[in-house]
Amino acid sequence: MNNSFKNIFDQYNWDETLSGILSKNENDVLQALHKSKRNLEDFKALISPAAKPYLEQMAQISSSVTKKRFGNTIQMYAPMYLSNECQNICTYCGFSMTNKIPRRTLTDREILREVDFLKSKGYNHILLVTGEANKTVGVDYINNAIKLIQSKFANITIEVQPLDQEDYELLIENGLYAVLVYQETYHEEEYKIHHPKGRKSNFEYRLETPDRLGRAGIHKIGLGALFGLEDWRADSFFTALHLQYLQKTYWKTKYSISFPRLRPHSGGLEPKVAMTDSDLVQLICAYRLLDEDIELSMSTRESEGFRENIVGLGITSISAESKTNPGGYVVEPQSLEQFEISDERPTEAVVAMLKQKGLDVVWKDWAYNWQ
Amino acid sequence: MDKLKIADKEFSSRLFTGTGKFSSSDLMRKALLESESELITVALKRVDVNNENDDILSHLDHPRINLLPNTSGVRDAKEAIFAAQLAREALETNWIKLEIHPDPKYLLPDPIETLMAAEELAKLGFVVMPYIHADPVLCKRLEEVGAQCVMPLGAPIGSNKGLKTLEFLEIIIEQSNVPVVVDAGIGSPSHAAYAMEIGADAVLVNTAIAVSQQPVQMAQAFKMSVEAGRMAYNAKLAPIKQHAEASSPLTSFLNE
Repeated sequence: MNNSFKNIFDQYNWDETLSGILSKNENDVLQALHKSKRNLEDFKALISPAAKPYLEQMAQISSSVTKKRFGNTIQMYAPMYLSNECQNICTYCGFSMTNKIPRRTLTDREILREVDFLKSKGYNHILLVTGEANKTVGVDYINNAIKLIQSKFANITIEVQPLDQEDYELLIENGLYAVLVYQETYHEEEYKIHHPKGRKSNFEYRLETPDRLGRAGIHKIGLGALFGLEDWRADSFFTALHLQYLQKTYWKTKYSISFPRLRPHSGGLEPKVAMTDSDLVQLICAYRLLDEDIELSMSTRESEGFRENIVGLGITSISAESKTNPGGYVVEPQSLEQFEISDERPTEAVVAMLKQKGLDVVWKDWAYNWQ
Repeated sequence: MDKLKIADKEFSSRLFTGTGKFSSSDLMRKALLESESELITVALKRVDVNNENDDILSHLDHPRINLLPNTSGVRDAKEAIFAAQLAREALETNWIKLEIHPDPKYLLPDPIETLMAAEELAKLGFVVMPYIHADPVLCKRLEEVGAQCVMPLGAPIGSNKGLKTLEFLEIIIEQSNVPVVVDAGIGSPSHAAYAMEIGADAVLVNTAIAVSQQPVQMAQAFKMSVEAGRMAYNAKLAPIKQHAEASSPLTSFLNE
């Protein structure tokens, strides 16, 4: 039988997990802080309210460990939205099927125009994003897009609907490097409320997506939860549990964690559980203290000021000047976004900020052509 | 200092360095020039070998510097061989630092794939410098298939923990017919000096210089420590005494 995270996940209960985190005390936090190798119980302590008074200490350790492992560098990537067609209903998403917005899927020509723009800005790592519309934006469309741009980028990541193992194998063969697949929330009942219709409503299929990717031999998998749907502490614990299971099972694959917080969009959903800036800093540092080698990624969802202060604390890759609408860079800048970005500065300004902070910007850290 | 010979090249400096983790390419160049290192490794995945204005490569243009491309990022022998061939063509060097680490977390080398790739690359005329565990038998096997040196690790790469594999490094140095370069884990000049004192032919240092508060000064400190360690090795260290030998209570009766 195939390995599956579900076997581990089923042994846990949401409410017990959450109360376990909330009951961590100062002593647990101090013990976790003073260890050199930390486990998931330490992670719980570090994300607990009891760790709040130790945030500065956590940040100091996180910053120095990140520097040791990743040096004075930060990687840059850019998202490129290929389509906003979608047959899912997701309560928090601007592309949700029932939202009355003009739908658009980029043609080859349009993709190449967007690519030219991103290349001119220096990008060499690209993230392709779509909604889920299997007839028009299915595996064939994604495969075609990867083949079309493969020679132009050092690596290609996708954030699209979960696929079958054979589909991933095909895409990897043609140049796919990494896949981002966020569980959104590990709270199964809440997940069903936010994904009432479409293939995405299948919680289990999504949960097992990283297993299918691992079996397909992908280079990198990005995990995360969408903060705002449920309690961020419990969701982060389950993400970390997922991460550690995957690291042991698919040990040749690299992993990254992202930290999306709900942003305003057309059709709007207010966060059920708020996550403050201080909470987000705590979480980023806790991940770094749990895992010295994990890539931590930050998008332009976050504000200019927040991003400037967070880059030295543990984050290892960021995007800039992102557009979250298909054709948003040059083809059709006025179309509707998936969500509003917050840091709207041009790439050059972000790069200048990073340099000023003593960070060397890494545009290329992979070479597809020898694979 | 006595010169080090690897393949057909002689080196005055026994400090090899790397290009990763610096806060800018200018600082990297300054530190590496200060180190007087003559062999500098550069990750193929980080550079655009077809672009003559590549930021890293253009900052390494100096008559003293020999580039040592490395295959960091490859997961097996096949990918390593392909990467080495691309490097040879684009950078016009047949030197290759063979790094095969399928584990992206600790970047620990795969001994089986490394041995297979080393054999094939040696046949293809490469000067093969393999990054490997401090495994004495593996070092002999690599020597047999034509590796021009061996590069055992002192501790996990980037860890700055020093010579955690000391017992095995000593055996490797004792047995090796090719130069032994201690490659990973060296975190301070004293670690480097110690590696040279026990007879390593060279050390490779990157993180400890690049991530220091003052990389240029740290590069100089490493240069001096490697020279001191080598000089001490050549001068033959006085034996270490476990206890005082002031008198001879057991044998003094012989002189009575």
